[in-house]
Amino acid sequence: MANASDPRVDARTGTPTTGHEWDGIAELNTPLPRWWLWTFYITIVWSIAYWIVYPAWPGIAGWTHGMFGWNSRTAVVQDLQELKTMRAAGEAKLSAAKLEDIEKNPELLSIARAQGAAAFANNCAPCHGAGAQGAVGYPNLNDDEWLWGGKLADIQTTLQHGIRWDADKDTRSGAMPAFGKDGTLKADEIKNVAQYVRSLSGLPNEGGADLAKGKKVFADNCAACHGDDGKGNQELGAPNLTDKIWLYGSTTAAIENRVTVGGGGQMPAWGDRLDPTTIKALTVYVHSLGGGK
Amino acid sequence: MRVGELGLIVAFAALAAFSLLVTAKAWTPEYAFHAALFALGSVAAVIGIFKRYGARSAEWPAQEIDGKPNYNYGPIKFTSTIALFWGIAGFLVGLIAALQLAFPALNFDLPWISFGRLRPLHTSAVIFAFGGNVLLATSFYVMQRTSRARMAGDLAPWFVVLGYNFFILIAGTGYLLGITRGHEYAEPEWYAILWLVVVWVVYLLIYLFTLAKRTEPHIYVANWFYLAFIVTIAVLVLGNNTEIPVSIYSSKSVIVWSGVQDAMIQWWYGHNAVGFFLTAGFLGIMYYFVPKRAERPVYSYRLSIIHFWALIFLYIWAGPHHLHYTALPDWAQTLGMTFSIMLWMPSWGGMINGLMTLSGAWDKLRTDPVLRMMVVSVAFYGMSTFEGPLMSVKAVNGLSHYTDWTIGHVHSGALGWVGFVSFGAVYCLVPWVFNRKGLYSLKLVDWHFWLGTIGIVFYISSMWVAGIMQGLMWRAYTPQGFLEYSFVETVDAMHPMYVIRALGGGLFLVGALIMAFNIYKTIASPEASEVPSGRPELAPAE
Repeated sequence: MANASDPRVDARTGTPTTGHEWDGIAELNTPLPRWWLWTFYITIVWSIAYWIVYPAWPGIAGWTHGMFGWNSRTAVVQDLQELKTMRAAGEAKLSAAKLEDIEKNPELLSIARAQGAAAFANNCAPCHGAGAQGAVGYPNLNDDEWLWGGKLADIQTTLQHGIRWDADKDTRSGAMPAFGKDGTLKADEIKNVAQYVRSLSGLPNEGGADLAKGKKVFADNCAACHGDDGKGNQELGAPNLTDKIWLYGSTTAAIENRVTVGGGGQMPAWGDRLDPTTIKALTVYVHSLGGGK
Repeated sequence: MRVGELGLIVAFAALAAFSLLVTAKAWTPEYAFHAALFALGSVAAVIGIFKRYGARSAEWPAQEIDGKPNYNYGPIKFTSTIALFWGIAGFLVGLIAALQLAFPALNFDLPWISFGRLRPLHTSAVIFAFGGNVLLATSFYVMQRTSRARMAGDLAPWFVVLGYNFFILIAGTGYLLGITRGHEYAEPEWYAILWLVVVWVVYLLIYLFTLAKRTEPHIYVANWFYLAFIVTIAVLVLGNNTEIPVSIYSSKSVIVWSGVQDAMIQWWYGHNAVGFFLTAGFLGIMYYFVPKRAERPVYSYRLSIIHFWALIFLYIWAGPHHLHYTALPDWAQTLGMTFSIMLWMPSWGGMINGLMTLSGAWDKLRTDPVLRMMVVSVAFYGMSTFEGPLMSVKAVNGLSHYTDWTIGHVHSGALGWVGFVSFGAVYCLVPWVFNRKGLYSLKLVDWHFWLGTIGIVFYISSMWVAGIMQGLMWRAYTPQGFLEYSFVETVDAMHPMYVIRALGGGLFLVGALIMAFNIYKTIASPEASEVPSGRPELAPAE
């Protein structure tokens, strides 16, 4: 123990100070902790070793490439290759199989569903919902009601070419006219036809509309696409109006709005974004959700 | 009238006239608003200088009174209190942003308070407004006390503290109005930066001139860290703002760096804003306030030298670890990672010196919540500076990058280290510079300490869970080789963690409100300290 009365020695620890003091603060002259110093050295040695193994220091015309020539671009290519290998067996079977045969073969079906579910979650769920339950303007894919057909081939065409997707010349087209906006129908005609459409699904007449007049308006303007009985036409994407399934809602306001502004939603053409096997898998996946025809 | 007063009046009058011209010809109303603020600020400065001229005595303030330095505390009083105002504003905006992430409806479809604008407002308010004012306050105090000399400059210190806060005002209102460079932590546009550079150069000059007239033979370690902070921030800001304005009548500018070079410069800046603003500057605080409060000598002078120079040399290389697995060349990524690993021990040197200074005085942690706050802050510093090198390792970064783990890491440093050491320093500083006997209530400090600590634990542990879960979900593959989860499922899975994070942030904010009340009552109390410094008389320097 150093002499405690020496002002240059800290009494409590017995360690000498540097002899200076600033605003009452002194500094002990404690040596560097050994473990600290050795850990510091080890990190330096480790770093130097890392520089030798991996690309590290730049020069004038290039950089040190390390012992094995590792680089991140090659590493990515390798990772993607591994993924391809993982998928290869299933992919080969799926691409060789005919679309209609996949659901008959349990192994093919499970491959298609696995690939289809992943593709659906990343590409379709933003609009159709994670459970394919749909949203206003985006059809529910779990029910057995189809705007453009629910057979495998229909679903595949829809996926491939999209809906009202003008960049694809084979896209599904056909849109409802804007009866109100373009002046074809007057306000009271829209009111009557809207209540008539509601009556097709057994919904009550709101606002005392004249259903007979509504029926007449329907026959003159709507039946061409939606059919005389309102059961729709999948060739034209005209929805069935009698099944109590509503893409834009069943309220008077929602229906009147549809008749007034017309048009329809869009779906991108996935044919140029996803490869044919993925489209196939998605087709089977959507078909198997519950309502496939 | 003194030359400095006259010169400043002329300069501000010219700036006012020029700002009015820009106001009239500005291309956008937002920029016109900012130009008008510059004009108003300049006019206010001219009036302020005139009023001060009328009120002051003809002689210069004495350098010494009765053989003791006549310390200049005015600018310190201003910055130490306005720091609390900005801090609470910044924490509140952070809480709103956290709630917006958990409940997006809280964006209210209003552009001004959308998450994208509030986030930079939050980060700038807590780092540059709160942290910056704490650094100004403590550095002006420490610089004078450890030099045993009155601060250099007469109007200059006021120019720095008011000018800096004017910069904050321009930057913050700019974000809300949609004026941004889109560079993280470097959002303010060219005219705000030009103003900041002028302020910053004066800050550096004040520091250097004060050190030059010190009456101590050596420069205390805290001042090395403050100087490293001031000098390096100047270099970083100039490097990352090498930009050309579209017009003096437009708020928009275009940076000269492009592509991956822009990214590299940005993260060289961004990482060293952490290294020199949030680390070196606050280590300066630690080196003065911890030994002072503990009334113990600093643990190791040798360690302070070695870790200072190692920290300064190594930190500046570490930026590329923010750009792992990007277009940045592999060699740069390697250097960023290895220098981050080597930085581990130099960072811990500061932690060791902070914690071990307590040896022989650990019992004080039981009775002094202010000291406890600072010691816990040093512990958080140690934890974050271990986590940082760990996350810079490419294999770890492959999991952690772009996840909320990063957010958790930043906040263990920001709330735990920067926040707590700042609170501790302000709790010490306010009674000293306002000449009060002590704090209004140590009990309230205790409440602040526990609410803050629990808040931080909620915050960082929820972000660890959220981040690691998110990283694992992103990379999960099914046996057939397809992604297991969609992106939106990962977002959905984090919702409970986001709610816990907001709760943690809320507790931290409540703690800060308690502090503001405590500080207000301390300043308002009439009980002046009998010993001017509020502390035992000091032994003369040797």
